[in-house]
Amino acid sequence: MALLQISEPGQSPNPHARRLAVGIDLGTTHSLVASVRNGVAECLPDAQGRVILPSVVRYLDVQRRQIGFDALAQQSSDPGNTIASVKRLMGRGLADIANAERLPYSLVATPGMVKVRTIAGEKSPVEVSAELLATLRFRAEDSFNDDVYGAVITVPAYFDDAQRQATKDAAQLAGLNVLRLINEPTAAAIAYGLDNASEGVYAVYDLGGGTFDISILRLSVGVFEVLATGGDSALGGDDYDRALADWILAQTPLQVASQEDQVMLFAAARACKEALSDSEIAPVELDLSVGRIDLSVNRSEFEAVTASLSARTLQAMRKVLRDSGLGKQDIQGVVMVGGSTRMPQIRTLVGEFFGQTPLTNLNPDEVVALGAAIQANQLAGNAVASDLLLLDVIPLSLGIETMGGLVERIVPRNQTIPTAMAQDFTTYQDGQTALALHVVQGERDLVADCRSLARFELRGIPPMVAGAARIRVTFTVDADGLLSVAAREQVSGVEAKIEVKPSYGLSDDQIAQMLKDSFSTAEADMRARSVVEARVDAQRMLLATQSALNADGDLLQTAELQTIDAAMYALRAITASDDAAAIEAQTKALAEATEAFAAQRMNRGIAQALSGKNIATL
Amino acid sequence: MNLQTDDFALFGLPPQFAQDKAALDSQWKVLQAQAHPDKFAAQGAAAQRVAMQWSARINEAYRRLKDPLTRAAYLCELHGAPINAHSNTAMPASFLVQQIEWREALDDAQTDAALEALLALVNGVKIDLLGECAQLLDVQRDFAAAVLPVRCLMFIDKFAHDLNQRLDALA
Repeated sequence: MALLQISEPGQSPNPHARRLAVGIDLGTTHSLVASVRNGVAECLPDAQGRVILPSVVRYLDVQRRQIGFDALAQQSSDPGNTIASVKRLMGRGLADIANAERLPYSLVATPGMVKVRTIAGEKSPVEVSAELLATLRFRAEDSFNDDVYGAVITVPAYFDDAQRQATKDAAQLAGLNVLRLINEPTAAAIAYGLDNASEGVYAVYDLGGGTFDISILRLSVGVFEVLATGGDSALGGDDYDRALADWILAQTPLQVASQEDQVMLFAAARACKEALSDSEIAPVELDLSVGRIDLSVNRSEFEAVTASLSARTLQAMRKVLRDSGLGKQDIQGVVMVGGSTRMPQIRTLVGEFFGQTPLTNLNPDEVVALGAAIQANQLAGNAVASDLLLLDVIPLSLGIETMGGLVERIVPRNQTIPTAMAQDFTTYQDGQTALALHVVQGERDLVADCRSLARFELRGIPPMVAGAARIRVTFTVDADGLLSVAAREQVSGVEAKIEVKPSYGLSDDQIAQMLKDSFSTAEADMRARSVVEARVDAQRMLLATQSALNADGDLLQTAELQTIDAAMYALRAITASDDAAAIEAQTKALAEATEAFAAQRMNRGIAQALSGKNIATL
Repeated sequence: MNLQTDDFALFGLPPQFAQDKAALDSQWKVLQAQAHPDKFAAQGAAAQRVAMQWSARINEAYRRLKDPLTRAAYLCELHGAPINAHSNTAMPASFLVQQIEWREALDDAQTDAALEALLALVNGVKIDLLGECAQLLDVQRDFAAAVLPVRCLMFIDKFAHDLNQRLDALA
């Protein structure tokens, strides 16, 4: 369906006025922001012309922080307050983090998500990520001298619900309107597919700084259909650095004594790894507090030390191919994404597995942000009559705990989203009036081996004999890949519902508190901002309603039309006020008043799509 | 056309077992291009919610129609012959004996080749049963009689799943 562009009243006489929509690649090692300008997606540079923002935040004191290159430069002198690779901590408890003791900063075990202890207090990974996102948001706003309307933020395809929710929370904290979370390999496929006008089945191998994804997609005109996805959300270039650092140290009699040494050693290992992508041998020279290291590493040594890491990606490739129901011969091309795919051994491994030379003609650092920008531009309504369609899947199965600690799968992995699936359960004892539900994610059969997402209770079931109650549990996964769960006893109609969030992540109250504590501290500032945002939302809703009425107003009875008109009138009347809450309430009222109309329009749209198609194929 | 419309009508396809995979795939994309939440990202919460319901409904129908087993079960149900997989567990003795033999073969299989051979055997039986379904559903239109081969196929599907897991573990 073509969307008409309408400029906001009184804002711009230019009929081509567009909303600033950005794509953000929030990476383990570095992050980028991109936007579509004059029809072309490009990464936005900082004032020094650098498009990459190292994903590093350093807290100097309660007030001040350094972000990006400035923070990176101080990593070895102030390791305890300089947070790198924070993506690995998103949505994770302390027990989930491998090698936590070897991180140069110290973690605090807090319920749900881990925190980092800094000079500025305990920081949630969500807050640290928000600093990076806000920096990129300001960069975009400075580049275009405009406010960011909305953002598409990429996440590893293999991120689970907790990690996705944490990413969305970070965006909210950074003041970004999240248009959509999309998967990194899918974003790369958009940039690649549109650039190369490709059709057919492609594999995207994405090895980043801290995460690994492998996705199989079918590309056809404007449609990007993910057939299967797999990976490891805790495997990336960082692990290669660590393995090499360990090996380097083992060649010497030295023992690392301080976090400063640790950081320097990792940095040297990383530099050595990068050098080995272009040459057969690379030197390592550095002065630690405990002594000097001066040796050289040749490529075959590096490859031997990291062979087990590469083998893990091979295993995931096999599994995803099986899940897709396809064979190697069906794969038309293999797209390489992520800085770690510069390593020659990775290119060889992937090439041998698929029996073809991988495609490396796109910059592996930028391609994800570029794809996200293209999707953001479309979601914001800037791309007139564009018909780009993403059909992505959920990477990990979702289920609930049943008797004996076993998992009953409700949504199997690789289902196309959005999806809603239900299963019926019953009571275990006579007279049982409540049911505890434990929602888990993962592929294993035992609850203990899966990730616990949430626990909630359905209460008030009328007493019945065991097995008589019919409790329908419905899992709904939205287009961002986020889950909500509802339970309903069919006989009595008793209901319980949960947005799967509070048990691991941050509650809305915590987010509100962080927002208060963050960059826009001045209260007046916040209030002004919320009024402006409420007005923009109201205008958006009014415009959408008006264009819906123009297109399909004939569906409405006079009385229905009058109700909607009245709600629009009331909203228009209140937008001039400075009362954000009142504007929001009236916007919500208009949304509710148009709910039935929206459903009718959709029914008509579907019927039209079908008849159009049938005529075309006859 | 609404959320309760049956899968075949929703996809504009004939309500029968035999289906053209290409037509099914292309109808799915036509419908998603119309209903996907991404198409309503700038149109407010009400439109988003409706789009999500429709999009999920279209995916549900696609999933059910794509797999011949669920498609056959759905046809039986539409014609008043529900499968009742949970409550009705009576199966012919000969089928159960075959299942036990397969289970033993699966336990004994130690090599990739042994598992692949078993998989080929299972797939052969599956193809025969699907042919039987096609005959009963589309030609004789005897939906009550089709319930049995559909239920056999469910057992076979479960077995094939376990077999594939063994193959995965061996790799």
